[in-house]
Amino acid sequence: MLTILFDGVAYGMLLFVLAIGLSVTLGLMNFINLAHGAFAMAGGYVTVLLMRHYGVPFLLCVPIAFVVTAAMGAVLERILYRAMYDKPALDQVLFSIGLAFIAVTIVDYSIGSSEQIIQLPQWLRGRTELVFGDHVLAMGHYRLLIIAVCIALTFVLQYILTRTRFGSRLRAAVDDQRVADGLGINVNVIFLSTFAVGSGLAGVGGALGSEVLGLDPTFPFKFMIYFLIVVAIGGTSSLSGPLLASLILGIADVTGKYYMPKLGSFIVYAVMIVILLWRPEGLFVKRGAR
Amino acid sequence: MTTITVQDVLHRRARLRPWEPLLWLAPFLVVAAFPGTSFLINQMAIMAVFAISLDLVLGYTGIMSLGHAAFFGMGAFAAGLFAKFVMPEPIVGLLFAMGVGGLTAFLCSFTILRGSELTVVMVTLGVSLILLEIGNYMTWLTGGADGLQGIMMGPVLGVFPFTFDGVTAAYYSLAILLVFLFICRRIVGSPFGNSLRAIRDNRLRAAAIGIDTHRRIVMGYTLAGAVAAAAGAVQTHSMSFVSLEAFSFEKSADVLLMVVIGGTGWLYGGVMGAVVFSGLHHVLSDLTPQYWTFWVGLFLVILMRVGRDRLIRPWTWFKTGGSHD
Repeated sequence: MLTILFDGVAYGMLLFVLAIGLSVTLGLMNFINLAHGAFAMAGGYVTVLLMRHYGVPFLLCVPIAFVVTAAMGAVLERILYRAMYDKPALDQVLFSIGLAFIAVTIVDYSIGSSEQIIQLPQWLRGRTELVFGDHVLAMGHYRLLIIAVCIALTFVLQYILTRTRFGSRLRAAVDDQRVADGLGINVNVIFLSTFAVGSGLAGVGGALGSEVLGLDPTFPFKFMIYFLIVVAIGGTSSLSGPLLASLILGIADVTGKYYMPKLGSFIVYAVMIVILLWRPEGLFVKRGAR
Repeated sequence: MTTITVQDVLHRRARLRPWEPLLWLAPFLVVAAFPGTSFLINQMAIMAVFAISLDLVLGYTGIMSLGHAAFFGMGAFAAGLFAKFVMPEPIVGLLFAMGVGGLTAFLCSFTILRGSELTVVMVTLGVSLILLEIGNYMTWLTGGADGLQGIMMGPVLGVFPFTFDGVTAAYYSLAILLVFLFICRRIVGSPFGNSLRAIRDNRLRAAAIGIDTHRRIVMGYTLAGAVAAAAGAVQTHSMSFVSLEAFSFEKSADVLLMVVIGGTGWLYGGVMGAVVFSGLHHVLSDLTPQYWTFWVGLFLVILMRVGRDRLIRPWTWFKTGGSHD
């Protein structure tokens, strides 16, 4: 029981890192980016390829994945995404689905459609067991690492968002883009860097998650729904919303798949619909926010 | 001159144009002349019915749905089970499937009344995925991943048996397409259709002029669900087989692409989109069976960058920077 909870938390933290970039871009640019999973996939493939062909250690691959996907995000933002910000939502959805299609087929074509397996270093493979009375908590080391990294990232993000100058500019731009522009904040640069960081975080999530989630070219579509659920439930106004949403989702998914494996993801979708019917704007909505 | 009333203006849109019957006749002639194309035409006609249904929701009511396959799948399975266990007559099966699809849509319509665009997208998507999971779970009824097999269809109207070359199926789907095109033309031209358009343009104002928006949306969505179910049923009838793919996200995405390619808020747009998309699929998947989605993706990205309104208005292609509504 505790083990399932632990796995659920690890899974949820992973989803949070994967989805937070989407949440920020949605809140900031009001842009529904269905190609977000493609960046996560890119991060995963960067890690796999570097480890296999160049023998780069796993822990070094994760920051590299961040840098590579962030750079990709920045380039794509500048040449493709920027022109789409003021288009209707339907156009944005189709545009980003198109990008995801392209990414999937490119990976399929150049690397192959088989699932990629990451060779974890020896010290990450074991598990530690703690016994509380008659409950046993078995913690995989790798999942511990995931939780640790994700918590660290959450704190860093929270710090950047609330304590730094960049963070306050970002929040200003989210609240009202035109006024922020008028106050001399270079909104374009804010958008660009936020998009890049969001994509980079997706890359980190992909790099960390390919062991847990499985990595093959259909990744962007397989997990797109999960990212969207996180964003839809958690809202876009804070970090804590998506965090809580990811944890709910992760725990619900792992528990559901453990106890009722035949129903698959049924539980997750049902939880999402119930929450959205109860709170159509997500669990956490700032009063008066647009 | 007599004064032009509001009614005249509203009726003008619904009037039958002289070129329309010609357009309706064309696919029948193609099937008659080239029976080899019957499978492709059949597929196009089915997807066209499906696209018309989505257009009722997306183009006329302005509700973004990423889960329209839910109703297609319900119709497909309802028709399949009806033919297998009750009676093999297609038309009765079609009506039954429409009833099931309409009921499903009616129940779902209460989930889409509130919330932002993203919420609606997610809820529609979630509903179709839940139905997919349930279909996957109830293996004893739906056949699970193998699909529903062993459907024997009776002849259409007791006269035209389904043949192996697919010609009857093509005529059947085309006939159904015509029926629904005609019905939907009448609906979108009616006061009800105009009220849906008013809701799409501005829900608040529509409510302010006395339109019961919630009720109209429920009605429109139910109607669209029934039409989508009809498309699913026709698919089952012409293939004698249903797979869970009928519920899949790809199905919803495909039909969304068709409506957008053809142009929203225009019934023929859905038909055109279905023809273009199915044709494109056919050609491209012959050329590059595995990678045809790349070209679809590229096409989408370029189309969205230049503006999707331009595709159906070729005269705007070479105007630079001209605004288009």
